[in-house]
Amino acid sequence: MALRRTLVAYLFLLPALALLGVFTFYPVVFGTVLSLFEYDVISPPRYVGLTQFRALWTDRYFWIALDNSLKYLLVVPVLQFCSIVLALWVRRPLRGIGWFRAAFYLPVVTSIVVVGLLWRWLLDESGLVNYVLLRAGLIHAPIHWLTNPAIALYAVMFVTLWKGLGYYMVIYLAGLEAIPPGYEEAAALDGAGPLGRLWHVTIPLLRPSILLAGTLSAIAALRVFEEVYVMTGGGPVYSTYTMFYYMFDQAFGSLHLGYAAALGVVLAAVTIVLAVVNFRLLRQGGLTYY
Amino acid sequence: MVTVFPFVWLVATSLRASGTIFAFPPVIVPRPATAANFVGVWTTMPFGRFFVNTLYITGVGIGLTLLTSALAGYPLARMRFPGRDAIFYAIVGSLMLPQHVGLILNFVTLMRLHLIDTYAAVYLPGVASIFGIFLLRQAYLVIPQEIEDAARIDGAGEVRLWGQVMLPLVVPALATLAIVEFTGYWNAFLWPLIVLKSPDRYPLAVGLLYLSGLFATNTRYIAAGAVLMTVPVIVVFLCLQRYFLRGIMLGAVK
Repeated sequence: MALRRTLVAYLFLLPALALLGVFTFYPVVFGTVLSLFEYDVISPPRYVGLTQFRALWTDRYFWIALDNSLKYLLVVPVLQFCSIVLALWVRRPLRGIGWFRAAFYLPVVTSIVVVGLLWRWLLDESGLVNYVLLRAGLIHAPIHWLTNPAIALYAVMFVTLWKGLGYYMVIYLAGLEAIPPGYEEAAALDGAGPLGRLWHVTIPLLRPSILLAGTLSAIAALRVFEEVYVMTGGGPVYSTYTMFYYMFDQAFGSLHLGYAAALGVVLAAVTIVLAVVNFRLLRQGGLTYY
Repeated sequence: MVTVFPFVWLVATSLRASGTIFAFPPVIVPRPATAANFVGVWTTMPFGRFFVNTLYITGVGIGLTLLTSALAGYPLARMRFPGRDAIFYAIVGSLMLPQHVGLILNFVTLMRLHLIDTYAAVYLPGVASIFGIFLLRQAYLVIPQEIEDAARIDGAGEVRLWGQVMLPLVVPALATLAIVEFTGYWNAFLWPLIVLKSPDRYPLAVGLLYLSGLFATNTRYIAAGAVLMTVPVIVVFLCLQRYFLRGIMLGAVK
């Protein structure tokens, strides 16, 4: 009877476990191992030890890509700040506020290709953004948002921000709802102004959400690819070429699968270091709430 | 304003009869408005094909995801058997694995299975959803024990108990999962870009970018295509907003 039950349980689990095994566990584990091999799909993998990691060290494009991916982390604090402000703003029980929340969520459910093309047009040299800025007298000549190597990366970051805002807003709304109203009322009775309440009561209590959203967006920022692929194709002159983009090119462009795996491992290592730092930073202080 | 305006501009562009998208001053209310671009993108470009591809991939993908999640969540929530906790922690823990490293070998696996350039290659790696299994497990967990006991007294076996008693009770969770997965499959871009080689199998996301490269001058058609691609998601989102946001919040606190 117990054996039959176990059998039935495993039959229920079989499809999910088989698929997870083949498409999640196996590729991650052996993808890591693959970084020690040279592999081009056609001939069998050849063990080369750490050679590929050493090659990365002297690879100019690796450093460019790593630099750009790390720069991309700049979007994280800005995105979190804006999302928190937005969440506080749309939290008020006003009439029609639901539509506001929905409006901010639209870019989240829209395809990255639509978003990317749309902003590629808007940010064009003769596009709408330049038109508005010129008419407002803020600039005197059109800015080459996506074709100037000094600006392109930040223009793409803006689009990441624009698309992600609604998603993190929802996380913070959930976090705000979890805070019992008593805390803010007590602070108000003690004479704390609205800003004081926000800074000393709400934000510290929101810490678990900030930790979660910050980590999620940092991981996403390090792995940024789709926005870049649609908007700039990694250019101009590699100024938006990121780690993921390099890995993609090596793996599926030139079929250097082992080298791509080594890039992937380095990217994973950077991600882990960053996540740990993030936890350390935000765990500090009295997190007595949890 | 900053969020909605670009969408308004996109719709306005898609309705314009002539001119490039870089008109000065920018056109917000197109006169005369025309549906010609929508007809055009559908008839002169393989847009209809991309639409059908996307519908197929999304439909099959959601169906299989719901099935595997509904199956796997059940024993994890309501059965006692050796290895249960280990399996559950392994599944949830795999969220922390660096998935991007896995992309490379998934490509190799699909190639060995001769599945490159098929629809199955697009949806198969995403079918076993960790979020889905977790969501369904939670839904099964809150079903009162009395309901299970009553069904057992009536002589229901494990499979009938699942299919006729438990499954109907987790329909709300399945709906939430379906909505969240819908945008995922509909908008999927990176993976189909990697595994599909022939344009007539492209879903909308890959197809639209492909068209925008081929017909760089006819941006009004591409804008119309972008609107057509976005409308289904927006309709689903606005109609089912509450379930949708619940799904995101559940995802956030997991």
